[in-house]
Amino acid sequence: MAIEVRIPTILRSYTGGEKSVEGKGDTLGDLFSDLDERHGGLRGRLVSDDGGLNRFVNVYLNDEDVRFLGGIETPVTDGDVVTILPAVAGG
Amino acid sequence: MLRIGQDVYDAIVAHARRDHPDEACGVVTGPAGSDRAVDVRPMLNAARSPTFFEFESQELLQLYRDVDDRDEDIVVIYHSHTATEAYPSRTDITFGSNSPDSHWVLVSTRDPDTVEFRSFRIADGEVTEEPVEITDAKM
Repeated sequence: MAIEVRIPTILRSYTGGEKSVEGKGDTLGDLFSDLDERHGGLRGRLVSDDGGLNRFVNVYLNDEDVRFLGGIETPVTDGDVVTILPAVAGG
Repeated sequence: MLRIGQDVYDAIVAHARRDHPDEACGVVTGPAGSDRAVDVRPMLNAARSPTFFEFESQELLQLYRDVDDRDEDIVVIYHSHTATEAYPSRTDITFGSNSPDSHWVLVSTRDPDTVEFRSFRIADGEVTEEPVEITDAKM
């Protein structure tokens, strides 16, 4: 078992075009670091310089926005599904 | 160039007027790869603000799921400016670079009697305005 991570079109250049990749970790932050080992550069699009979640993406753990869970520290476990979407916002 | 039906144009403008003085936002979807903007889908502005908009996160998730299921594209992402011209702001450009495949439509509601409706492409921090052609028939 692993954690399934669904990748939006805009970030598939990091996954060789794959819509979905697998990773492991105890928290979302760990998972992103694990993914970055095989998909170099991906973490930099998800995590900002201060170590928090990048505001340009929405990240969901089993359909729940992780901003309302524990952000980058949200615990994850085998069998979870993480969905990444580009945030749509502006001024 | 953005070609849209009069009905789509009218629905976007009506949504922008309705939500004034807050910014209105939404999308127009169409068959994948067609560049045809067919179905207007107003979205909640989670920011409920006259100067900012953000698609509500559960609605955003549902939108992407529906678009996937129906083999559609988000052809247009639209929002309104309520006090300034219909031109992408700096924030629009930053977020817009995330969605380079969609037409960015801006509507200004600053004047109740005049409609300002413009379309742009935003990619890599660059804004390119494009002509808008309104067609009579539903596309």
